[in-house]
Amino acid sequence: MPDCTLTLTVANHPGVLSRIAGLFARRNYNLDGVYVVGLTGTGDSRMQLLVNKDERLPQIIKQLEKLYDVRDISVHEGRDMPTCFQQAKAG
Amino acid sequence: MEYSGAEIVIQLLERQGIKQVAGIPGGTNLPLYDALRESPIRHILARHEQGAGFIAQGMARSTGLPAVCFATSGPGVTNLMTAMADAHLDSVPVVAITGQTPLSLMGTDAFQEVDTFGLSLSVTKHNFLVRSVEELVEVIPEAFRIALSGRPGPVWVDIPKDIQTATLDIEAFPSPGERIPAAFPDAALVDVAAEMIGKAQRPVFYAGGGVVNSGAGEQVKALCEKAGIPVVTTLMGLGAIAADSPLSLGMLGMHGSRSTNLILDQADLLIAAGVRFDDRATGRLAAFCPHARIIHMDIDGAEIDKLRPSDCSITGDAGEILSLLIPKVEPRARRTWEEDVIAMKAKHPTPQSELDDARPAALIRRVGQMASGDAFVTTDVGQHQMWVAQYYPHQRAGKLLTSGGLGTMGFGLPAAIGASLANPGTPVLCFSGDGSIMMNIQELATLAEQNLNVKIIVLNNGALGLVRQQQELFYGARYCASQYDRNPDLVMIAKGFGIAGSRFSLSTCTDEALQAFLQADGPGLLDITTPQEANVYPMVPPGAANTSMIEGDSHA
Ligand SMILES: Cc1ncc(C[n+]2csc(CCOP(=O)(O)OP(=O)(O)O)c2C)c(N)n1
Ligand SMILES: [Mg+2]
Repeated sequence: MPDCTLTLTVANHPGVLSRIAGLFARRNYNLDGVYVVGLTGTGDSRMQLLVNKDERLPQIIKQLEKLYDVRDISVHEGRDMPTCFQQAKAG
Repeated sequence: MEYSGAEIVIQLLERQGIKQVAGIPGGTNLPLYDALRESPIRHILARHEQGAGFIAQGMARSTGLPAVCFATSGPGVTNLMTAMADAHLDSVPVVAITGQTPLSLMGTDAFQEVDTFGLSLSVTKHNFLVRSVEELVEVIPEAFRIALSGRPGPVWVDIPKDIQTATLDIEAFPSPGERIPAAFPDAALVDVAAEMIGKAQRPVFYAGGGVVNSGAGEQVKALCEKAGIPVVTTLMGLGAIAADSPLSLGMLGMHGSRSTNLILDQADLLIAAGVRFDDRATGRLAAFCPHARIIHMDIDGAEIDKLRPSDCSITGDAGEILSLLIPKVEPRARRTWEEDVIAMKAKHPTPQSELDDARPAALIRRVGQMASGDAFVTTDVGQHQMWVAQYYPHQRAGKLLTSGGLGTMGFGLPAAIGASLANPGTPVLCFSGDGSIMMNIQELATLAEQNLNVKIIVLNNGALGLVRQQQELFYGARYCASQYDRNPDLVMIAKGFGIAGSRFSLSTCTDEALQAFLQADGPGLLDITTPQEANVYPMVPPGAANTSMIEGDSHA
């Protein structure tokens, strides 16, 4: 199944990763990669989620959009992860 | 002026228009209670936090307005969880405010510390852990805004004790949280829907809790009368159309009537409003309305196409969408379809035997006919709940309060207390079972203390009836843990709590006895001895298509 990268802008607080990860766990959708970094000078974080795209992805995206902590979502086909993660599968 | 965090919370609740709060105090919410003492807000002291949560739900469900409950950290929080999960599944605007271990101690496994944020995360629409007194000022109105806007739901606000005692100088309080109106429905899509309705030969309207929440019962009636469309409802949608309307087909699904499920099977268009295609309603999804195109309208865009792809979908408030749709739909009497529907109903009528006075269904119907039209009805969970859904004359939307999504035994009594508190003077009936009533029996103390006009009718079959029924039908009548060897004397129990009680069997419960019970002042409990063999029919076996209904002997 094709890789897909979701790029989220989320509120930056200690519970936010739990909220996003919990949504995936609850809906039985695997997260292949997670990358989060606080955006300096704002109260937000940028989050990249690497997932396999299947027919349930549109529903997951709608559920993410509903979350109060999620400000913005964009979806890209393929792997778009920071370089340090790109070789992860080889190891 | 300087305020403590606790005073800020109470001030903001007052400004929010909150008149009553249900809860139980404890170590970490004592500052809140101290501030509450000075407030005109009335506190309802429940006997268990689950009771407090359901009392708040009863207030919210019966008014459509958000209601508040309080609990302390640790066990108070875990006890509240079920009521909040229940509110989440049925989209009820409840705001839970809980005390937490002081921030300085959080994460140290302090006394009565549980991870409230983590625990409540998956059973609420949103949750907050407040980390500063400044944040508190924003969070409280925000909690109400979230609970009320879009698809309503519960919000949990966890406040560490040291934030309740911290002080802040406040010049002006923020304005109360208000509902953000739903985005206006897309007119082009409404045109498409109108055209689909115009072309359909055999349309059915499928109304759910979203219609009730939106107060759109009148619009459903207007549309369906204009365009000759029969109406089915979900459990949550009962009352959206009056039970005695010729257009009403009652409830669909697992315990829907045979004719209703068979009519749906013939539909060529399903107009779904405020529903989520729940498996209890649709049966095996692949076989649900196999010939129908779907118009799906919902305030929650994520419900659309979640389970059944639609041919036309409109996101927005059901009432607004329907108001736009009504003038665009051609008036039409669908004679053939109407005749087919009448013929189907005539072919599969409600069996006369169900309405025999020795059956639970008959009692429920009789009570419904005697009760005042504006009475609220709450139920617990089990066979009695399904009989209320099937046989109580549901004439108005929003009057039936029942745990639909979570199916929580123990819901009925505290929800009835909440409905009565929020609607003084309006009678409230609670239909319960001998299993369910025990799950929040302690709230009889709250009921007696508040001296409310809540009338509890327990259908006492000495069993976890709905479980017993499933074991009978699907496990070769191998009963296990579904029958009580010995039940307490509910009349004595009621008396012990200071509530009048009496016992009848189904056949000895005369109209006079019922009238006397309903008309008495204050709370009362009626313990009705019911035969254990009585089952809820028809029944679609779990996972089967809605057309494959099991019938009882009485339905032969
Ligand atoms: C809290 C909870 N525990 C278990 C169940 C499973 N359950 C569903 S119906 C039922 C039996 C309810 O018995 P009772 O209240 O006597 O109602 P009856 O079916 O006999 O009318 C049970 C155990 C549930 N719905 N809720
Ligand atoms: Mg029972």
